Amino acid sequence: MRIAVAALIALILTAEAPAAGGTSRSYTIVIDKMKFGQTPPVLHRGDTILWVNRDLFRHSATAANRSFDIDLPAGKSVPMVVKSTGELAFACKYHPGMRGVLRVRP
Amino acid sequence: MKVAMGFLGAAALAFAGTAQAAGPTDPEIAHIAYTAGNIDIAAAKQALAKSHNATVRAFASEMVRDHQAVNDKALALLKELKVTPQDNATSDALSKQADATLKRFAKLNEHDFDHAYLNNEVAYHGTVNSALKTTLIPSATNAQLKSLLETGLTLFTEHQKHAEHLAATLK
Repeated sequence: MRIAVAALIALILTAEAPAAGGTSRSYTIVIDKMKFGQTPPVLHRGDTILWVNRDLFRHSATAANRSFDIDLPAGKSVPMVVKSTGELAFACKYHPGMRGVLRVRP
Repeated sequence: MKVAMGFLGAAALAFAGTAQAAGPTDPEIAHIAYTAGNIDIAAAKQALAKSHNATVRAFASEMVRDHQAVNDKALALLKELKVTPQDNATSDALSKQADATLKRFAKLNEHDFDHAYLNNEVAYHGTVNSALKTTLIPSATNAQLKSLLETGLTLFTEHQKHAEHLAATLK
């Protein structure tokens, strides 16, 4: 029983461990019907975002400061490791009205 | 700009004819939407053949890609639904006007062409979007066709904004 409880606590601590502590996390941002889906409230450098393009159209996830520029062909998914920190505004360079912001901590 | 406005007026009249009718059928709507997409693809291909401006060419490539994607989806949907697009007066009028515009634009020098193309893209998308909102989407009875038209409206509204921005900043 002790072992089970200890394992459970360990599991919870692992799941909640911040990325700054060395554990990077993965998130998914879905693009559908010409919109970026919800972005994670907070990211950390080293986390991975899987950009999933469910649209019929080619899109991109392009940072305003050009720190990333991910090409997203129709129906494809592309992973991206978050390298920059701060408030990173991004848009689709083909459809500039599609916008979002990543909030990345060190 | 006069050239673009000429086409805008003619295209608006063509769609107005649709609006005045009892309401286009789904096969007619499909034909009009497909024709409207093909017209923009042809305009973009002319831009890719004539222009050396990187911004204009990038926009034209985007138009070919996006409109082709919508038209491919439309064809697949029509096949699935076993619906044959039906030629109609609106599609014919649009095609004739577009042919005339292509001929007029072919005579322009490169600088004038770039401006005329982008201004026409603003006007054309505006006209098509208005027709989608007021006539084509409300008249469509098949839910999948209606949904595709709605996706088209979202996409073309984005195209219109993009063209407006480029037209305003093109030197």
